[in-house]
Amino acid sequence: MQFYRSHVLVCGGTPCVLEGCRAVRDALIGELKRLGLDEEVRVIETGCLGPCDLGPVIVVYPEGTLYEKVAVSDVPKIVEEHLLKGRIVRSLTGEGRLRGIVSYEEPAYLETQERIVLRNCGIIDPSSIEEYIASDGYRALAKCLTEMEPCDVIEVIKRSGLVGRGGAAFPTGLKWSFTANADADEKYIICNADEGEPGTFKDRLILEGDPHSILEAMAIAGYAVGAQRGFVYIRGEYGLSIHRINQGIQQAKAMGLLGDDIFGSGFSFDVEVRKGAGAYVCGEEIALIESMEGGRGEPRFKPPYPGTHGFLGKPTVVNNVETLANIPPIILNGADWYRGFGTPRCPGTKVFTMTGDINSKGLIEVPMGITLRKVIYEIGGGIPEGRKFKMAQTGGTSGGCLPSEMLDVPMDYFTLPEMGSALGSGALLIMDDSHCIVDIAESFMRFFARESCGKCVPCREGTARLHDIVKNLAQGNGTYEDLRVLKDLSHAMQKTALCGLGQSAPIPIMTMLKYFGDEFEAHIKDKLCPTGTCRL
Amino acid sequence: MVDVNMGFMTELMGKSWEVSQVKTVEELERIRKQAQAMTRLREGGETTKIVVGMGTCGIAAGARETLSAIMDELARRNIQDVIVTQTGCIGLCEQEPIITVVMPGTEKVAYGKVSMEKARKIVASHVVNGQVVGEWVIPTG
Repeated sequence: MQFYRSHVLVCGGTPCVLEGCRAVRDALIGELKRLGLDEEVRVIETGCLGPCDLGPVIVVYPEGTLYEKVAVSDVPKIVEEHLLKGRIVRSLTGEGRLRGIVSYEEPAYLETQERIVLRNCGIIDPSSIEEYIASDGYRALAKCLTEMEPCDVIEVIKRSGLVGRGGAAFPTGLKWSFTANADADEKYIICNADEGEPGTFKDRLILEGDPHSILEAMAIAGYAVGAQRGFVYIRGEYGLSIHRINQGIQQAKAMGLLGDDIFGSGFSFDVEVRKGAGAYVCGEEIALIESMEGGRGEPRFKPPYPGTHGFLGKPTVVNNVETLANIPPIILNGADWYRGFGTPRCPGTKVFTMTGDINSKGLIEVPMGITLRKVIYEIGGGIPEGRKFKMAQTGGTSGGCLPSEMLDVPMDYFTLPEMGSALGSGALLIMDDSHCIVDIAESFMRFFARESCGKCVPCREGTARLHDIVKNLAQGNGTYEDLRVLKDLSHAMQKTALCGLGQSAPIPIMTMLKYFGDEFEAHIKDKLCPTGTCRL
Repeated sequence: MVDVNMGFMTELMGKSWEVSQVKTVEELERIRKQAQAMTRLREGGETTKIVVGMGTCGIAAGARETLSAIMDELARRNIQDVIVTQTGCIGLCEQEPIITVVMPGTEKVAYGKVSMEKARKIVASHVVNGQVVGEWVIPTG
């Protein structure tokens, strides 16, 4: 086997790809060849490392030095100074929170984070099944198939307290038990990777950075409920995710870790990829199943739930990418270990994608129950240009908007709904005081009016009316009566819409009216936009 | 024969590498141990380190060749848990190429004027068998 003295990890997450990491990687390889170092220094493209606003990011091991915003023109210097002569190029190691040498164990941006879901992201080569196996990959599947009965697997997941990370927070173990108890000749496992929530890109980065963890978890779920086939439903736009999952499936099949008679246990499991066409509503599990069956992506009445009547009418488990990524570590380390993270009511961690007016944008994983203040000021590095925090929207466009008074509320799947908000799928949109609430509301409502599938009246008409009213307000033509209608309409939609889209579309409006009502009133009474954003 | 791009392993073994089926937990464990050797470099922690002086003086005195010899010797002996790294000039230019061997729990040892042959000998004697090659050690203190 070849011996390498140094590994150069090039972050290959989509945000870094957009910043040009591929050119940097190629330049590195070229430069190493030129200096005859290619036999001793290995260049590896990994999944997302986290600090997306600093891309392209590279990390040089064994020192664990992180270089940020690396340009192709910096490459000769890094190769000659660091990789040939062993001198860290300090001018490129960044400033502020990432200053200096970042050791492997505790890079500054990882200090307050807990990495369970992202345990391999940015650390292993996602295109290599061996590297996944090196970090305990497929051991959980082996443990299930050789030491555990299917009901034991479900019991562990139930006791771990894991709830669905797609936003609905349904207990995963319970979901599995419905399908396990259903009597059918065929059952299916679907991984929901139709991440449509604006501002969320965690599922994409998990799939890109650690595809095998999803495949392993799906096989475990299949064993637990008695399914032999799995589907990964990925948005068509996620080219790299689709490529990595397909490559992973091929590798796992070649090694017999997917396919027939896995580990000689008699259990067989196969996975294939289905591409979504980009409709927001297809993240809803029934609409997703309809789309997989070749129908229009529309929800239908529940019950029956997919757990008993899902894909092709058969019992089907639909789990989000992040939920699945939690499964192998829980099986390996046990339910009690998992309950050691987060809060007693909501154990584990949550992956967030931080965007908007914040210094460090990117992918983070923190324990459940962390406060917004900690996330924004300790991990995110605060608001740029010394501006004031105005609001944070958790959970994507259909999530609630939290004002500065809520900075110290613990963020988990049970506390936030009590505050009229939702943790949702994990988007964290931070806005400073230069933005107008009414203007933001207008853009959110425009999104929902466009994405409503139109099947049920409350959502089809409701989203359109919400948008009309808010647009009117933003143009200075609103009345106090409009505010009352907004509230009534929101309430009606939450109670009567067919699926999660219509039920949660009013959440941002309702929380905005609750916490930023005075700003709406200023647009009505004074015909004035306090931030000067809206053209009145 | 399965024609699958197995990433790094394919690179190493060539396209015709036959993928072995994993049928038992023991086989998975074997692959895990093998594969961990490839990623150990990224894990940090206590392990033997060989540091090669690669200042201009070191390079002029042949440190590149010394480094290559060390790497080659480690690969030949299939030693995966040793970290080879470089450092700049430490101020003893007349002793270059200088290599320092740091083993967990022992004092670090610096060797001077390490030619390719000496480097191989140091790997064999010091790194593998724990015997310091006294005659080439740079006296300190």
